Amino acid sequence: MNRNVRRRYASAAWLGVMYVLTVLALIPLGLVLWFTVSKGLPPVLHIEFFTNSFRPFGVPGGGVAHAIVGTGILVGLASLMAIPIGILGGVYVAEYAVDPWASWVRLASDVLVGTPSIAIGLFAYAVVVVPVHHFSGIAGSFALAILMLPIVIRTTEGAVALIPNGLRESGLALGLPRWRVSLQLILPAATPGVITGALLAVARASGETAPLLFTTLGNTLFRVDPTQAIQALPLTVYQYALLPYKSLQDQAWGAALVLVAMVLGINLLSRWVLRRQIRLAGQL
Amino acid sequence: MAAVIEAGTTAIPPVRRVPDRFRTLIAVVAATAPVILVVIVVILFQQAAPSVRHFGLSFLTGVDWNPVTDSFGALPAIFGTVATSFVALALAVPVGVAVAVVLAEQGQTTIRGILGTGIELLAAIPSVVYGIWALYVLAPWSYQHLEIPISDRFGFIGWLSQPSVRSLFTASLVLAVMILPTLSAISREVIRAVPRGLKESAVALGATWWETTWRVILPSARAGIFGATILALGRALGETIAVTMVIGNRYAIPPSIFSPAYTLASVIANEFNEATGTLYPAALIELGLVLILVTFVVNVVALLLVRSTASKASRAA
Repeated sequence: MNRNVRRRYASAAWLGVMYVLTVLALIPLGLVLWFTVSKGLPPVLHIEFFTNSFRPFGVPGGGVAHAIVGTGILVGLASLMAIPIGILGGVYVAEYAVDPWASWVRLASDVLVGTPSIAIGLFAYAVVVVPVHHFSGIAGSFALAILMLPIVIRTTEGAVALIPNGLRESGLALGLPRWRVSLQLILPAATPGVITGALLAVARASGETAPLLFTTLGNTLFRVDPTQAIQALPLTVYQYALLPYKSLQDQAWGAALVLVAMVLGINLLSRWVLRRQIRLAGQL
Repeated sequence: MAAVIEAGTTAIPPVRRVPDRFRTLIAVVAATAPVILVVIVVILFQQAAPSVRHFGLSFLTGVDWNPVTDSFGALPAIFGTVATSFVALALAVPVGVAVAVVLAEQGQTTIRGILGTGIELLAAIPSVVYGIWALYVLAPWSYQHLEIPISDRFGFIGWLSQPSVRSLFTASLVLAVMILPTLSAISREVIRAVPRGLKESAVALGATWWETTWRVILPSARAGIFGATILALGRALGETIAVTMVIGNRYAIPPSIFSPAYTLASVIANEFNEATGTLYPAALIELGLVLILVTFVVNVVALLLVRSTASKASRAA
């Protein structure tokens, strides 16, 4: 076998190795999904799982209704705080990209994305829980909002930057003030991208456990008042999984399945929206 | 002639600068991100003050963690955090770079599209779900099929002995899975940023696909891949829930990677709600402060590395 043939075979072999490693990387995804579905499906198939709240070990018919509603409240409140600020921040960073301040905001957002969520939980505990002397859904939402903010800023920036300059220039040429160009021309054109960012942030926040541990604490009762401690789905998974009772461990798997379905659903939706954005930007 | 000069030197009527209030307004709104970042550090520092004052620098080197005697030292937790993260990196970097090489290939094929989507979905799964999976599936499996066989054969090396179900190694395995998407997504971007001309020159000289990748593309993307690795390190250092569920929670420097250990984040997660008195919670918050400062440094270094590669590439292109 001459040298060149050997080189070509070696190249093909390495290409094969790379693909094998990539498939290897996907095995955990397959395993996590498989176990979550196979272990989580039996409890989820009972309607009580979605209509009832915590029942102690031995009492049949326990469910996670309180956690599902709680996650909805926590993430909803967090979105109300983070998404408007994040969108405006993102518009600023993209529209005034040359400002030195904009690059500081960008750096701060990138660092904030990488900040350990447990530390954000400690922070929310110190500024929201300590002054009022009790755990509350609001404190949890505040922590989640801090997690969501940088994601919204960066994705909004990306979406706005995708809009061709021609649109901006034609707006300015018509004599529109800068704020109308940014908010009434550019932002609507970037809407799908902005929605993608908001959805990704919501997905991330729905799955976070660490920031909720010391803020909303969790609750075994069905509570909708955000000034009180309320339950959340990831907390349910975490707490029940570590208990020695089989029925509650099963519910932990069930809650994990609900969580994964929710988070992956939101992610796939955001992908679809993003594809629309790219097509739309191409048409402008 | 004079008139022309006259006209040239006459100042153009100054542009009436309308103060851009919109810009000021949204700049202030955008300031939320940097302000929060600073406030987090200030508040945590303030909350940790009793412990900072009481222990000083010896907090970082102490090995005790005893709420009864109010004696706190962070070293075992720091060791556990660093050790789990580096073992995870050692496992994830080769795989992550391979994924990036495959995904960065030009031309979109169905298989590559599926692989790419799969890897990105891996990043979307909440850490608590990795945690419950690791606790019930991965930990027993790795105990049976990795830890016991390895320690049977190599147990004479101290840090490969004493297998246990919940261990530093199990935590590293989960972390490796969790940081893989970060690693491969950013490495893919920096590999794509390598100027086409370089690749084309190598191919024109007769290099095979592998020779081009290994000798031309990867070396020129080196700094960026290093940046991606450090960014992944930042994620691994701060990961809490999944690690807490499988690391075994023993506050000591473990004798072996198969022994139970503890990390900064998991000590906080486990103990903060039960911490009473002044010194105990302050010590826990100081652990958080150590964690956050380390991840800040790691993240900023990583971002600078990734950015410098990207901008170098765009200059070359």
